Amino acid sequence: MTAPSVATAATRIVAATDASPPYVALTGVTKVYRRAGREETRALDRVDLTIREGEFLAIVGPSGCGKSTLLRLVAGLHLASTGEVRVDGRVVDRPQTNLGIVFQSPVLLDWRTALANVLVQVELRGLDPAAYRDRARRLLTQVGLADFGDRYPHELSGGMRKRVAIARALIHDAPLLLMDEPFGALDALTREQIRLDLEALWLATRKTVLFITHSIDEAVLLADRVVVMSPRPGRIERILDVGLPRPRGLDARRAPEFTRATEAITEIFLARGVLHGAARPIGQE
Amino acid sequence: MPGEQGAARSFVAWVRTRGAALLIFVALFVVWEVAVRVTGIKEYLLPPPSTIWTEFWKRHDTVALGAWVTTQEILAGYALAVVVSVPLALAVAYSRFMEEAVYPVIVFLQIIPKIAIAPLFIIWFGFGFTPKLLLVFLLSFFPIVVSSIAGFKSADADIMDFARTTGASGWTLFRKIRLPQALPHIFTGLKVGAALAATAAVVAEFVASDRGLGYLLLQYNGQLDTPMVFATIVILSLIGLVVYYAVEVVERLAIPWHVSQQATAKDATL
Ligand SMILES: Nc1ncnc2c1ncn2[C@@H]1O[C@H](COP(=O)(O)OP(=O)(O)OP(=O)(O)O)[C@@H](O)[C@H]1O
Ligand SMILES: [Mg+2]
Repeated sequence: MTAPSVATAATRIVAATDASPPYVALTGVTKVYRRAGREETRALDRVDLTIREGEFLAIVGPSGCGKSTLLRLVAGLHLASTGEVRVDGRVVDRPQTNLGIVFQSPVLLDWRTALANVLVQVELRGLDPAAYRDRARRLLTQVGLADFGDRYPHELSGGMRKRVAIARALIHDAPLLLMDEPFGALDALTREQIRLDLEALWLATRKTVLFITHSIDEAVLLADRVVVMSPRPGRIERILDVGLPRPRGLDARRAPEFTRATEAITEIFLARGVLHGAARPIGQE
Repeated sequence: MPGEQGAARSFVAWVRTRGAALLIFVALFVVWEVAVRVTGIKEYLLPPPSTIWTEFWKRHDTVALGAWVTTQEILAGYALAVVVSVPLALAVAYSRFMEEAVYPVIVFLQIIPKIAIAPLFIIWFGFGFTPKLLLVFLLSFFPIVVSSIAGFKSADADIMDFARTTGASGWTLFRKIRLPQALPHIFTGLKVGAALAATAAVVAEFVASDRGLGYLLLQYNGQLDTPMVFATIVILSLIGLVVYYAVEVVERLAIPWHVSQQATAKDATL
């Protein structure tokens, strides 16, 4: 069905990452949120997952399936109820610092300009912000905010704030990048551009990336492997190898591997009832 | 030169935004003046603005002296409130013991009508400066301490999560995140406290005093010298206004980002 040359290229890349040691490893991880007087929420249920060093891993799943929870567990911001999370061989039992994180909401400091918001990352780490100023400017330019460095968050649009948060996660060049729907508030065009830029950056630096998204296309276009999660309680439904050669560029959407992967994921969501084929007008039975 | 031009421009801008309010004030005075003259109301009931002014000018040095006394009470009491309440708020926000032991007491004491305590202060501290200072302190203290505690505790959960991924230590975290985040709340308290300070000083002087604007007010009132009562009230209001705006100016300098954020929000709702 597919051109043999593409298939071998794809296998080669997968084989290369296969050899890398696991950088992030979740074994039998369950997360239950408990609050007094409330029903408990089982956000994640027996999740096993490894991310290899230098791998780009994407997670897709319906809203509320525990994607953000998983990311927080890896960052050590929440601790697993059962099971074990390891990063770089060490058990995660406290907040991890050797990483860059983009939260689902931008989480900027209102009292700092965009540039200063990027630099706060290095300031809080006790590094000299002056030494990072140029790099911060370059990153802002890369995310399309060259002229907005001196604006305060309330003077930026939602998408712009999100891009500042992306620059802030990159400034200190950490080996692990956790991104929770980083392109969420972006328009389709910026989204496409920033996706290309992120792939280029990843190709140049080979960071380990955990990338959460709602968009099946985005997951397939960016990731080496796509983790498909089922609705609550969040379980891993399937892990797909994306055999697309890199760099994927704008044409990747036309590649047969792209169609195959996105269709496979859509099938899963259809089977799980996350999607249903026939359209039903909202508000009617 | 550019500075002067800037000042002129900002004055023009000020007049433009406050023009309507100024106009209403002027109109009010004119209507007042005319109405009193036309209806022939007795001067001790409602003196016209012109009489208030001439009477005031005759005795302006007495009023000025009283104003100076009251201003000192306001400033000293307010300063004491600021110096005590912000560190106390810090302690309550960051020490579990202080939170469990002191905070409930603060909340309880806040319910007491503070002005009712003024006579007690006279018994304890006599007729001098101290009881006035203490009453000003007491009235300004609560709004400042309560909103400062709220400010220091207001740390946004997501921002704190982000900070935790940087491994920032306590002091850096305080300086770069917690303090800036608390400042808008603190300034809210500082402004409420400033507004209460003048009231407190006058009330304390009402209870027992031989000087100050509150004392003068009672004197003039007893003599049915209504024009001077009005004049004293105006001066008192001006003092309160100046103190309040001084705090607002400091706020503008300290947290310009917050002030402009509010302005944007206001523009958006208009
Ligand atoms: N701090 C918390 N306390 C209690 N319940 C929580 C907490 N955080 C998340 N949950 C619950 O856990 C479940 C998973 O939430 P999570 O935020 O991980 O979902 P998600 O997959 O990121 O969703 P979305 O795509 O909408 O962001 C949800 O049912 C949510 O209500
Ligand atoms: Mg989420």
